[in-house]
Amino acid sequence: MDHMEKHGGLMILAAVVPFLVLMPVVGLLVLALNGTGELWPHILGYVLPDALQQTAMLLAGTAAVTLLVGVGTAWLVTGFGFVGRRWLEWALLLPLAMPSYIVAYAYLDVVHPIGPIQSALRFVLGIGEVRGLMLPDIRSMAGCILVMGFTLYPYVYITTRAALLMQSAEAIEAARGLGAGGGTLFRRVTLPIAAPAIGVGLGLVLLEALADIGASEFLGVRTLTVAVYVTWTTRGSVEGAAQIALAMLAITFTLLAIERTLARRRDQGGGAGERVPFRVVLAPVAGGVACAACALPVALGFGVPALHLLVNAVIRVAEFGLPADLARWVWNSAALASVATVGTILVGFLVAFCHRHVGGAMATAFLRVSAIGYALPGTVLAVGLLGPMAWFDEAVAAGLALVGVHAGTLLSGSSAALVLAYMLRFMAIPANTLEAGYGRIPYSVDDAARGLGAPDTALAWRLHVPLLAPAGAGAALLVLIECMKELPATLLLRPLNVDTLATAIYAEASRGTYEDGAVAALAIVLAGLVPVILLVRGLRPRRRRRRAFALAPA
Amino acid sequence: MNLVRRTLLTSVTLALGVAALVSPARAAGEVNLYTTREPGLIQPLLNSFTETTGIKVNTVFINAGLAERVAAEGARSPADVLMTVDFGSLAELDQRNLTQRVVSPAVAAAMPSWLSDTSAHWVPLSLRARVIVASKDRVPDRTMTYEQLADPKWKGRVCIRSGNHPYNTALFGAMIVKKGPAATEAYMTALKVNLARKAGGGDRDVIRDIMAGICDLGVTNSYYVGLMLSGKGGAEQKRWAESVRMVLPTFADGAGTHVNISGASLARHAPNVANGTKLIEYLLSPEAQKTYADVNFEIPVLAEVPLHPVIAELSAMKVDTTSLVQVAGQRTAASMMVDRVGFDK
Repeated sequence: MDHMEKHGGLMILAAVVPFLVLMPVVGLLVLALNGTGELWPHILGYVLPDALQQTAMLLAGTAAVTLLVGVGTAWLVTGFGFVGRRWLEWALLLPLAMPSYIVAYAYLDVVHPIGPIQSALRFVLGIGEVRGLMLPDIRSMAGCILVMGFTLYPYVYITTRAALLMQSAEAIEAARGLGAGGGTLFRRVTLPIAAPAIGVGLGLVLLEALADIGASEFLGVRTLTVAVYVTWTTRGSVEGAAQIALAMLAITFTLLAIERTLARRRDQGGGAGERVPFRVVLAPVAGGVACAACALPVALGFGVPALHLLVNAVIRVAEFGLPADLARWVWNSAALASVATVGTILVGFLVAFCHRHVGGAMATAFLRVSAIGYALPGTVLAVGLLGPMAWFDEAVAAGLALVGVHAGTLLSGSSAALVLAYMLRFMAIPANTLEAGYGRIPYSVDDAARGLGAPDTALAWRLHVPLLAPAGAGAALLVLIECMKELPATLLLRPLNVDTLATAIYAEASRGTYEDGAVAALAIVLAGLVPVILLVRGLRPRRRRRRAFALAPA
Repeated sequence: MNLVRRTLLTSVTLALGVAALVSPARAAGEVNLYTTREPGLIQPLLNSFTETTGIKVNTVFINAGLAERVAAEGARSPADVLMTVDFGSLAELDQRNLTQRVVSPAVAAAMPSWLSDTSAHWVPLSLRARVIVASKDRVPDRTMTYEQLADPKWKGRVCIRSGNHPYNTALFGAMIVKKGPAATEAYMTALKVNLARKAGGGDRDVIRDIMAGICDLGVTNSYYVGLMLSGKGGAEQKRWAESVRMVLPTFADGAGTHVNISGASLARHAPNVANGTKLIEYLLSPEAQKTYADVNFEIPVLAEVPLHPVIAELSAMKVDTTSLVQVAGQRTAASMMVDRVGFDK
């Protein structure tokens, strides 16, 4: 085709991305096929049914909690005015800085029978014996659902809030003019408009919950990912683990395909209005309730664990001083995350631009495939990547040997391997965000540029990049946060002498000395706060008027 | 536009620069260590090795996947020494042809006879006993067998970590070797009935839960008791450890207490064989073994090195000398048994 020939070079370049993303899956396939399959009947009979049931429960529970909290708080914060609304609007994002495994460790300490909360309760109720007051154990499915729910709701909150802010103010006011009250308005106007965005946020939540290993394993929940991990380490069969991982991937792809079909019904009405809809100011009592409802998730998802970490870190530092390697960990975390973020955004932009400019089924396929890394838990991705990296090194070494150069390992065990793993894992974030960003740029802009004779590169750099900058910046910050928190792939792939904050915390926690990890944990949270705050500032809708309550017409 | 371009340019340059900085170096006078042991535990040992010999130690701590990583890196792997805990992992490294025999008279001399299995390439460095801890107030028993944990009188009073954790599958594996699979499965079923809470958490949580009164008995590794009693884990954890008594359990056949080992192997394609051997020799030296005892509260392999005073009672321990190679062979069977019995549910 003429069109494709013109863009052949671009397409070939863009094709590298899905190729790389598929490498871990290929690696897993090779591992799975290598196995003799003798463990498979046992896995099928005793491990999978339990793992499937636990995974289903965890996902359903987490979905329920994140929907309730994320949508609820987004609706309150965008639709109403109440005391504390302005700072709660950004505070609700704070749990993003908290890795779920840290929240799990913190809560275990805090709600343990001899921890502060239960001790205080016993004191107040006058119960002497510890056994006298037996509250539910947090090391359970319910505990895990709550931990995941209150850590992951920001994904739903961000997308829902963005959709609600962008909804046509005219639609809302028209509905109000026709006599729709609060409840009807929410059900029949707000919710349908926001539904696609809620779906996107929920999709991210479910993927994160599925891929989680730290909190789930620690709290005793036996999800598919935990089953993969245990089969690998304890049952001693990496082949069995690969088989379970591929089964899990199949399920994830099905869910993603369903989500894609639902998401296709998006951009229905609701212009890209920059005008902030009218906010109903609540009476003091109702306002107080709204404030409390929004403050609770912040406290549970961020406040309580952060405070616990802070207290422990202070005690630790007072007794033992700062960990000697803290600066090195911070540097490594920041360096790896930054490099990976830059790479991910650039490559993500390449694929998104290809989809936009070239179009067609192949470019769309590239974009979709590039996003599947997110469906692979970190451990699975890392194990799958080991094989292909070794093949690459072999090939290069063989090539170099032809010219008489002896090569050591190149990709395996280098920081490039780790950066590659991060990029493959988080490519979905810029891919989806930039695609959505492109959706708000009309094609007429491209046509005008082409009409003026602009070449492809100019179109990309001088036109699209500036227009996409807000979306791109948001994506970059999210990737940065994710890279800093990433644990399982980092543990397996990192080079000699390189430790990040996350691996340092894990090392302490796996010994049971969570308090030793408190300083590193606090460092991760603080480091994660910076991008979160930047994200918040970027997410504020650009308004022509400073006031949140826009009563006058535009 | 300008700003965007400048930002991109700076970040790309920075990225390239950083990537260049963070790559591993390989030079003479160095040894590369891949280990699953946490940095806090072995860093003191590595530091004194460097001070004594001048050889720099490059380390990467891999919690899981050590064998996968070394296997994937193949003949060009920079790994010299592979250090891990749990003889199952050490045996796996041998089975996958990732190790070579350590040729050193010093190492051969230091190894106790029951651990010198010539078929194995790994070198044991320290021992840890899987002991029973009992509440001082609520449990009067001073001796116990592992089998007695399944006794109905302890119903709802026992705490233990996940049955699928390597420390426990090793214990169950030893039981399979001694009593056969059927008897062990019955034991596991009975033990599950006795659990006060779901099998999970860590060994330290077992002690904490005993102190809290959630359970009266538990199974843990001996070095945790030492660590907590010494105060190194903080004042709070010292309190927990002081509320329990360590019981040195035996199997019903009287053979002794179940132990696991931490050990090291020389990687098959090690680029620095001499330095790697020196590191292993150093770890078996009296000086290093004393560090294992004093800093990590483990049981040294070198007989003449004493235990830390806080766990001195362990010197009276009789060690179950069932072949570790045999026990390692039963690990997968033990793990599958844990699944069948639903021990972790």
